[in-house]
Amino acid sequence: MSEPILELSGIHTDIAQYHILQGVDLVVPRGGVTMLLGRNGVGKTTTLRTIIGHWQTKSGSLLFNGADITSMATPARARAGIGFVPEDMGIFSDLTVEENMILAAASGPLDPARLESIFAAFPPLSTFWKSEAGNLSGGQKQMLSIARAMAEERQLYLIDEPTKGLAPAIISTMAGALRDLKQKGASILLVEQNFAVAKALGDTAAVMDDGRIVWAGQMAELANHAALQERLMGLSMEAH
Amino acid sequence: MLTHLLSGDRPRSLILTVLLLAILAGLAFAPFLFPGVRSLETAARICIFIVLVASYDLLLGYSGIVSFAHTMFFGLGAYGVALASTHMGRGYDALIVGTVLGAIAAALLALLIGLFSLRVRAIFFAMITLAVASAVAVLVSQLSGLTGGEDGLNYSIPRELTPAFRLGKLFDISITGKILNYYLVFFASLALFLLLLRIVNSPFGRVLKAIRENDFRAEAIGYRVVLYRTLATCLSAAVAALAGSLFAIWLRYVGPATTLSFEIMLDILLMVVIGGMGTMYGAVIGATLFVLAQNYLQNLMGVAASATEGLPLIPQLLDPDRWLLWLGVLFILSVYFFPTGIVGRLRSED
Amino acid sequence: MATAPGHAPKYAQLSLIDSIGKKMPLLLVPILVVLGFLLIGSTSSWLTLTVSGLAMGMMIFIMASGLTLVFGLMDVINFGHGAFISVGAYVGISALLALDGWTGAPSLILNVAAVLAAVIAAMCATGALGWGFERVIVRPVYGAHLKQILVTVGGLIVIEQLIQVIWGPDEIYLTRPEMLKGAVTFAGAAIEKYRLLAVVFGLALFVAMRLVLKRTKIGLIVRAGVQNGEMVEALGYRLGLVFIGVFVAGSALAGLGGVMWGLYQEVITAGMGEEMMILVFIVVIIGGLGSVEGAFIGALLVGLLQNYVAFLEPKLALISNIALMTAILMWRPQGMMPVVKAK
Repeated sequence: MSEPILELSGIHTDIAQYHILQGVDLVVPRGGVTMLLGRNGVGKTTTLRTIIGHWQTKSGSLLFNGADITSMATPARARAGIGFVPEDMGIFSDLTVEENMILAAASGPLDPARLESIFAAFPPLSTFWKSEAGNLSGGQKQMLSIARAMAEERQLYLIDEPTKGLAPAIISTMAGALRDLKQKGASILLVEQNFAVAKALGDTAAVMDDGRIVWAGQMAELANHAALQERLMGLSMEAH
Repeated sequence: MLTHLLSGDRPRSLILTVLLLAILAGLAFAPFLFPGVRSLETAARICIFIVLVASYDLLLGYSGIVSFAHTMFFGLGAYGVALASTHMGRGYDALIVGTVLGAIAAALLALLIGLFSLRVRAIFFAMITLAVASAVAVLVSQLSGLTGGEDGLNYSIPRELTPAFRLGKLFDISITGKILNYYLVFFASLALFLLLLRIVNSPFGRVLKAIRENDFRAEAIGYRVVLYRTLATCLSAAVAALAGSLFAIWLRYVGPATTLSFEIMLDILLMVVIGGMGTMYGAVIGATLFVLAQNYLQNLMGVAASATEGLPLIPQLLDPDRWLLWLGVLFILSVYFFPTGIVGRLRSED
Repeated sequence: MATAPGHAPKYAQLSLIDSIGKKMPLLLVPILVVLGFLLIGSTSSWLTLTVSGLAMGMMIFIMASGLTLVFGLMDVINFGHGAFISVGAYVGISALLALDGWTGAPSLILNVAAVLAAVIAAMCATGALGWGFERVIVRPVYGAHLKQILVTVGGLIVIEQLIQVIWGPDEIYLTRPEMLKGAVTFAGAAIEKYRLLAVVFGLALFVAMRLVLKRTKIGLIVRAGVQNGEMVEALGYRLGLVFIGVFVAGSALAGLGGVMWGLYQEVITAGMGEEMMILVFIVVIIGGLGSVEGAFIGALLVGLLQNYVAFLEPKLALISNIALMTAILMWRPQGMMPVVKAK
């Protein structure tokens, strides 16, 4: 098997006086979707934010493509090829959809072909191209947020709960877009509470509890193992 | 008993305790230890500034709020006494009415400003107080019919508090009304300081500190952050006004330069930071050192400036009028390297 | 991948009331101008006052624009901004005084060249000073508002005092270049040439600033950074560098404002920046921290109101701005055009 795209070992992260990540060891294989699962508040979002560099690690190391990025600042990590879609979507709401997309192409002008494929995946973005992003609906904002990450070639996408609070029809649009992304060869680390989506998209999975990874393996194994799910994630998954 | 007076908040450092006792003794016996008009002026000034600075510490150190209107509240108290004495005539009733009205006005104004600015963001408060305080200072110098304008107001206070009143001699020092006046200032200041110490060590003070450390969390626990901050502002303003009233009673004169100027605001900031924010005792140390330095170091600068007369630039830098330059430098350095002030440093050494 | 069936794109249209509410601040300036006309009565006085109000507003805006962006981008509140105003005025006016051969000559070209030279000198000096200020004073206290306020106030005092060491403690009087003296008469109103020039210049600067913010990538980064700096970094931009750039540009603009204000008042003092900061803060607060458009409207309101009130009831002029601030904060506690901060 080829070298993993991302490797976290022994990551500890503090937020103010709280010790949130308590030694995270995680390997994200190259290509495919890795699901990061677990109950609320176990550190999934903090893990993503630590990878992009919004939180500083207290100890441990981060390898991206085999290179140590632990002490790199966020912009450098992004330019190295990590795309980030935060939980709150991080839309610049006073800017238009177009301006959001122009910014997303950090290294040069937007590639028209790439833009076409984005429009194909998310038609509303072309409809509201000149409108203020703040006036978009929740689902459209989520589309824009993912589209921004896709505006440039990225090797790894960190995506935090892209289906949160969305209507079923839009969830399937999202899932389709992520599947397309995967087929183009990207690696995705996806935090997702919707187990149906996780089951459909995930190749591998890691489950967190209390600031640590407590289980890692194939998504199919987890999906077919109800007792394991219950033990790892409790009732939060039952609902789906 | 003593611990009770200090509300259980002891100095917690041997050197600090010695220093505080020395200051207390020095101030308590100032008329006898340091006879002379000038040193009595200095001692009274120290007493009043200790209260003023301590009341500012309640805001800055304990609540984490920066205000630039503290001199405005100070001035309100001073002008309260001055206006009452001017219009009601010489008398204790005028002093009391002026003092009470000044303190009430200060608290109300603080409430108003607090409600407007603290509701949104604590830093609004700094900017808004700066704007309001400067507007008030301009207003006071423009309304010369009422306030005497730039010249300020001279007025009479009861004869027993003036130098003209003589009581006899004690330890070779003739006891005049001025000395009685000094003891009025001294004991009132002491009482106000102990009151502030009580406030910051009460449950209210502890909530303030919790808010300063983490306002989101305090809000989440269920404290009405805005309410607490506004209340702290009002208390601080009222005590500042009381200090202003004492100042007016002591000087028998008020004017914009002595009570409202931005320079005094800077002095207060410096005293708090150098003494140690959030400690109350820092106000004592800071005010004492600062007032002494102001009175005696400035002379020294003048001497140094004339000694270096032939050199380029140095005399200008050492000119006593450039006093503020050095204070500014000192101020920046203390915020960076000395953020806990003298008291913090002393406590961490023991 | 096609859109899922049944998902027709919807766009959350603003209701009429919402869109009027959003535009409302833009209407305040004309409303104030009309109100001024009704209260003042005389057309010629009104015209004179309106022009000087607009001129004053433009100058305050120039001084305030940098401050509001610096706050919006990095949550840095710089109480020392006023020092750049004073330094700009001293450097610029010194240059003008040195070029008295050019300013005294009744030649428009020479006069303009002198003013331009003064402006460039002032902006370079304050830009450089701003860079140093950011490095030495502001950098160590990122993220700590209390210390920021204290330290930048300290910086303000030190710079003001140094001005007095270098240029002496007394105010410096000056006269404007020949061609900028005097007034033109229009509809019976005498309007000082310099004020007209200040209005035109300020307007041009505002338009240019808006173009940069709207049409260039760096402008987009600044606007996006004000809303959500973390996300801008996650897209690969080094916000720290952008911030220093804005800080330096804002300081240079404050210096420019200082020169313009000095020429307007025909006297400069070391404390002028500190005095102007009070109006600048009012403008920044009522405009909404971080909003350039808000600062522009706020500055015009403050300038106009101050001039109208000074004519109608001189003693209330300074208080009028406090009243304006109070009224606007009662209406919108975050200012007229608050920046939507991502949380």
